[in-house]
Amino acid sequence: MSVEFFVASAIGVLMAAGIYLVLRGRTFPVVLGLAMLSYAINAFLFAMGRLAVNSPPIYSADAPGYTDPLPQALVLTAIVISFGMTAFVVVLALRSYLEIGTDHVDGEPERDEAAARRGDDGA
Amino acid sequence: MNLIMAPILVPAVVAALTVLRISRNTRLGRYLSIGATVLTLASALALFAQASGGAIHTYQLGDWPAPFGIVLVLDRLAALMVLLTSLLALAVLAHAVLTGLDRRGWHFHPLFQFQLLGLNGAFLTGDLFNLFVFFEVLLIASYGLLLHGQGAQRLQAGVQYVVVNLVGSILFLIAVGILYGVTGTLNMADMALRIAQAPAGDQPLIRVGAQLLTAVFALKAALLPLHLWLPRAYSSTSAPVAALFAILTKVGVYSILRVTTLVFGAEAGVVAWAPSGWMLPAALLSLLAGFIGVLAARRLRVLAAFGVIGSTGTLLAAVAPFDRASTVAALYYLPHSVLAGALMFLTADLIGRARAEEDDRLVPGRPFAREGQLSLLFLLAAIALAGLPPLSGFVGKLLILSATAVLPAAPWIWAAILLSTFLAMLGLARAGSVLFWKRAGGEASERPRGKAIPTAPAWGVVVLIGLLTALAGPATRYAEATAGQLFAPQAYIAAVLGIERTAP
Repeated sequence: MSVEFFVASAIGVLMAAGIYLVLRGRTFPVVLGLAMLSYAINAFLFAMGRLAVNSPPIYSADAPGYTDPLPQALVLTAIVISFGMTAFVVVLALRSYLEIGTDHVDGEPERDEAAARRGDDGA
Repeated sequence: MNLIMAPILVPAVVAALTVLRISRNTRLGRYLSIGATVLTLASALALFAQASGGAIHTYQLGDWPAPFGIVLVLDRLAALMVLLTSLLALAVLAHAVLTGLDRRGWHFHPLFQFQLLGLNGAFLTGDLFNLFVFFEVLLIASYGLLLHGQGAQRLQAGVQYVVVNLVGSILFLIAVGILYGVTGTLNMADMALRIAQAPAGDQPLIRVGAQLLTAVFALKAALLPLHLWLPRAYSSTSAPVAALFAILTKVGVYSILRVTTLVFGAEAGVVAWAPSGWMLPAALLSLLAGFIGVLAARRLRVLAAFGVIGSTGTLLAAVAPFDRASTVAALYYLPHSVLAGALMFLTADLIGRARAEEDDRLVPGRPFAREGQLSLLFLLAAIALAGLPPLSGFVGKLLILSATAVLPAAPWIWAAILLSTFLAMLGLARAGSVLFWKRAGGEASERPRGKAIPTAPAWGVVVLIGLLTALAGPATRYAEATAGQLFAPQAYIAAVLGIERTAP
């Protein structure tokens, strides 16, 4: 299997998992999903500089070529930002859980699903 | 020349200073913050004077040559946006200080300055990734400001707002990644050149990048399918913060204008004017949805939030054809829509304070203090928001109508704008009559002690709207010159890449 296939499918799987988790109703899966998405993006940005093996990111006279250093700088920035944001969302989610008493993203109290189903059956 | 850095540097330094212990939530912190905002306004005025000459000024950070380093670019549009931000910021800060909002929680002033830093940076940068970074700065500051003053309601809205914007940031990064992968550059001027020469095989990828990027900006601008986060977030935060947020949606509009005319402009081949197909219907729908929301709102702040959606929709209806004449109209309407939205939020806050227990809910209440003055303010805010004569919203709407009359989509645009104006009038008249005419009880409600009702900042915004109306002639000429600059990006590209300097 080629490196390209491996990287591409890794990004795809992370992205799919991230999207699935972000669409959940509770804050914890959503935070995990955001983290997954940011991992996928970091790998994607990194791959945008083309996948080259064994070549230095800065120019040197002996090396046969060099990889693009810019995506690495971008990924570094993106990692810092996404790390900070994840920490912020975790604190925010925790705080809103403690103050509102529900960890639903909408801030609405969770409906009792069993009761809702019974109500549907009755109607 | 180095003055271009000032609107970014001053808030950055003062934000750092106001975090320090001695100036945190003290009088010194307030003075520092107000001083910085005045200083930023002065530099914005100087930059505006510089840019109105027509030359495009650049500043290369660290003296790195343009396609490699980050470059700040000052053209007419950027100068206009920075000036607008500074004017609005001063009014909002004055309101926040006078009502004591900045003492109801920690770190109001640093967050406020970081917000200005992010806004000014986003308007001045000429680099796509740098734009992302400034977006993040202004968003992080806005998360903090949104939650400032606390309360469960804000936390509820806050989680949603943060998650939506984080997903938006992730999409932004994907778009930037795609465009970098295809063109090998992040400098917008350089990218414009490379996209014009891109081989046919790369065109689909560029197209995907362009659409994704515009979708992200549309999310920030709260365009219709992507607007659902706005009413709740804006109506649950404190009013001065929401007034400042009136310009946050315009960052999205600014980015759409900038990126589309510069990078995906007439010379971009297959991707030329890529978003124009879907943006107009979306803009018209959000225009209608916004003013229907005004009609249905049960609180004054919710009404103002829907008004922001509606006025952004009006603005984008003029931007979406990407036609020079309608862009002129959009550029005149843009400052008005920011000021009108902000004025409505400030007025809502003042009315909420004066009415004590009814707050800003649209229910009949008892007579309250300063009713005459507040009703006049509300009337002016309502006229501005609905776009009726004599204020600048009317001039702006007329300009939009006359500029779009020649387009094939004209019947749709006319119908949407006229119908929405009617809806806005209905909604605002209903709100006004409930607030000021219907009475529930006999006695005047006692104003709670310590709750001042400073109307001066709101009147300041009224004066600005009045100036925009009185100076409609010069303002339109400036908008025309700006549109000319936007639709001839060669000068921008030459200024950024220093082609003029090396050619002779």
